[in-house]
Amino acid sequence: MADIQQEIRPSRLRRAWDSDLAWSFRHAPVAVVSAFVVLVLVIGAVLAPLIAPHNPFDPATLNLMNGFTPPNQANQFTGDYFILGTDDQGRDVFSTILYGMRISLFVGFAAVLLAMVLGVALGLLAGYLGGWTETIIMRVADVQLTFPAILVAMLIFGIAKGITPPEYRDQMAIWVLILAIGLSDWVQFARVVRGATLVEKNREYVQAARLIGRSPFAIMLRHILPNVLNPVLVIATISLALAIIAEATLSFLGVGAPPTKPSLGTLIRIGQEFMFSGEWWILFFPAATLLALALSINLLGDWLRDALNPRLR
Amino acid sequence: MKKTAFLAAALLASTALSASAETLRWARAGDSLTLDPHAQNEGPTHTLAHQIYEPLIIRDMTGAFQPALATDWAPKEGDPNVWVFNLRQGVTYHDGADFTAEDVVFSINRAKSENSDMKELLTSITEVRAVDDHTVEFVTDGPNPILPSNLTNLFMMDKGWAEANGTVDVQDVEGGEKTFATTNTNGTGPYQLVSREPDVKTVLTLNENYWGADQFPLDVTEIVYTPIQNAATRVAALLSGEVDFIQDVPVQDLGRVAETEGLVVKTAPQNRVIFFGMNQGSDDIANDDVEGKNPLADVRVRRAMSMAINRDAIKQVVMRGQSAPAGMIAPPFVNGWTEEMDSASKTDLDAARALMEEAGYGDGFSIQLDCPNDRYVNDEAICQAAVGMLAQIGITVNLDAKPKAQHFPLITNDETDFYMLGWGVPTYDSEYIFNFLVHTRGSERGSWNGTGFSNAEVDQMIQSLASETDLDKRNDTIQSIWNVVQEEQLYIPIHHQVLNWGMAEKVGIEVSPEDDPKFKFFEIN
Repeated sequence: MADIQQEIRPSRLRRAWDSDLAWSFRHAPVAVVSAFVVLVLVIGAVLAPLIAPHNPFDPATLNLMNGFTPPNQANQFTGDYFILGTDDQGRDVFSTILYGMRISLFVGFAAVLLAMVLGVALGLLAGYLGGWTETIIMRVADVQLTFPAILVAMLIFGIAKGITPPEYRDQMAIWVLILAIGLSDWVQFARVVRGATLVEKNREYVQAARLIGRSPFAIMLRHILPNVLNPVLVIATISLALAIIAEATLSFLGVGAPPTKPSLGTLIRIGQEFMFSGEWWILFFPAATLLALALSINLLGDWLRDALNPRLR
Repeated sequence: MKKTAFLAAALLASTALSASAETLRWARAGDSLTLDPHAQNEGPTHTLAHQIYEPLIIRDMTGAFQPALATDWAPKEGDPNVWVFNLRQGVTYHDGADFTAEDVVFSINRAKSENSDMKELLTSITEVRAVDDHTVEFVTDGPNPILPSNLTNLFMMDKGWAEANGTVDVQDVEGGEKTFATTNTNGTGPYQLVSREPDVKTVLTLNENYWGADQFPLDVTEIVYTPIQNAATRVAALLSGEVDFIQDVPVQDLGRVAETEGLVVKTAPQNRVIFFGMNQGSDDIANDDVEGKNPLADVRVRRAMSMAINRDAIKQVVMRGQSAPAGMIAPPFVNGWTEEMDSASKTDLDAARALMEEAGYGDGFSIQLDCPNDRYVNDEAICQAAVGMLAQIGITVNLDAKPKAQHFPLITNDETDFYMLGWGVPTYDSEYIFNFLVHTRGSERGSWNGTGFSNAEVDQMIQSLASETDLDKRNDTIQSIWNVVQEEQLYIPIHHQVLNWGMAEKVGIEVSPEDDPKFKFFEIN
């Protein structure tokens, strides 16, 4: 009987295609378009060294005389051509966006991962163990919630920058950003996971596991975690968009990625100085990219939330 | 009907009020660093202080001497080592105390004390004595013909007020100290402090008892000073009418401001040079990746770095033509400036690479560049451009740009090895540059010399300038010192700034080469 079932079981891909989630995806044009945009941008960022006409992070390749070249025109002094123009330092805006997006996406993913691991772990502990553990973790979370996340991130960034030796500061900036955004964002995960754990921990399967003597950690990881992951997935997606924006905000404020290795936020900061003087492309293209990236991820998150919500089915 | 009459009356009242009370809303990139008038020898700090405090002599908006708290001054007959200053009578401080010779003695001694940032200007003074209530004698160590030009930013403080408030000592800015005088003032100037929130807003109001009430326009009755670091925001504030006067129109927005109805841009070459300093005195430096030795100690490396800088490109692109490439760290206004030295900087990448190779740094090295981001025109962009240019000869530069309040202490505390600095010369004489930037750092001179350069012979020559009365001989010494500075590539000169003041049409004022608006001269039409 088991053997027969095995034989007629469709391939993994086929099963994924036939799943509820995939069906709902295929029937949500917004989600399809968003996923397409995200995919294009992510591929562009990942393959930046292959696609970009030059490496904007290598200052030796810059020619200041190329500065402020308008899009789709040749520079008046050097005759060089740039599809999206150049910024004030003669950096190709197109290449810089691709490279800048690498930083933005990397910081975003890593920060969300950090926030997720931290938040889920603390949420599970708080929800399952209860008592003092719960009180301490959740009160810390409450206190942190009273500060805007960006403020917490700036605080962490300031402290971390202060203790890193100056010669490593440029290299460390990215990691400090990840730490700052990750640590400012774990609360959401912790609260949701704790809530879900509180519901799950009294279910029969958990009681059964407890009765056969599994350790609390095994129960948390093996039994409860898989059942609270759905909302975590949704928050992670939306957090990714928020983390990318948080990174852009920090860099825009001049405390994030250094100007010699610009992320999207740094580019926007550079560009907004030339808003009144007609060099619109320095601001416009990075800003449009950030908008497209954040909006698409957000829309994907929205769709995922609806698709995973049994009440909306 | 009654309502319209009321409205008309209110309107009338408000126009009548605005005719007699004119608020000037003033913005620039950075704020004054302290209100203590002797604690920081820095342009924006002096600019704010000039509205509240007064020196014996000021420079008017064209740069010419004008009597302020002294009515006249001359060397004493029969004793060339003494200058006699006759003080203005009937001047009172904002708190009502009389201004007397005692205050001058106190203020000069205060400005000569250890924490003062003004002491380099007063090194030649051995004694200040009050002859009577309104006559003061300055005794100098040998005749000092240019003493008056050293006093134009030396503000007079009330002795009684300072003693009563525990601010006899100058605030120690580098040590992070704050005193009563950091946030409170009591000057004789045309405006008095109403409120101040550092880096946010400072409000001044007209001093009704000002001695010069009949001599100056004094059209501005209230000054609201808001530092706006962000260039685009600053321009937006001017364009929208939120401020009336900005001292630093970003070069990219000159056209936009000039074309806007009701706004004007006034331009003049500034008495200020922008340059990079390098720590060449230490055996090893902290902010590089070379272990055990200091690449900047090698004059070949310093020359190569200077050769790598393309000043024309910086002028063309970063400054949009609003600068004059420099070959020496003296603006053309200054005695001792020569066209030959000022055109000495040439860009030559091949020669620069060869020099690096010769010095043993063919593979380059990496170093941190400290840069202000709210002080000079496009300071951060210039530093960024330098990063690219130095990369051409293998030097990897990590740029750390920060507000001037954090940047300047790095220089005065020897905590930076490669930094940007700009220098204006209010005395119009090279001695001022040498005293601050070239002389060995010590208790009397060299406070802004962050290079670690120390040469006993040069120090001797610099010290001799203060008392040399033979002007030809003095100028020869100045040239000899410049020759050393140039030969040693003590600094990497970048350019001389051009000033662009943007203002509402109603504001009537000409640009001063010091970038130092004194609002008592402003007319409001």
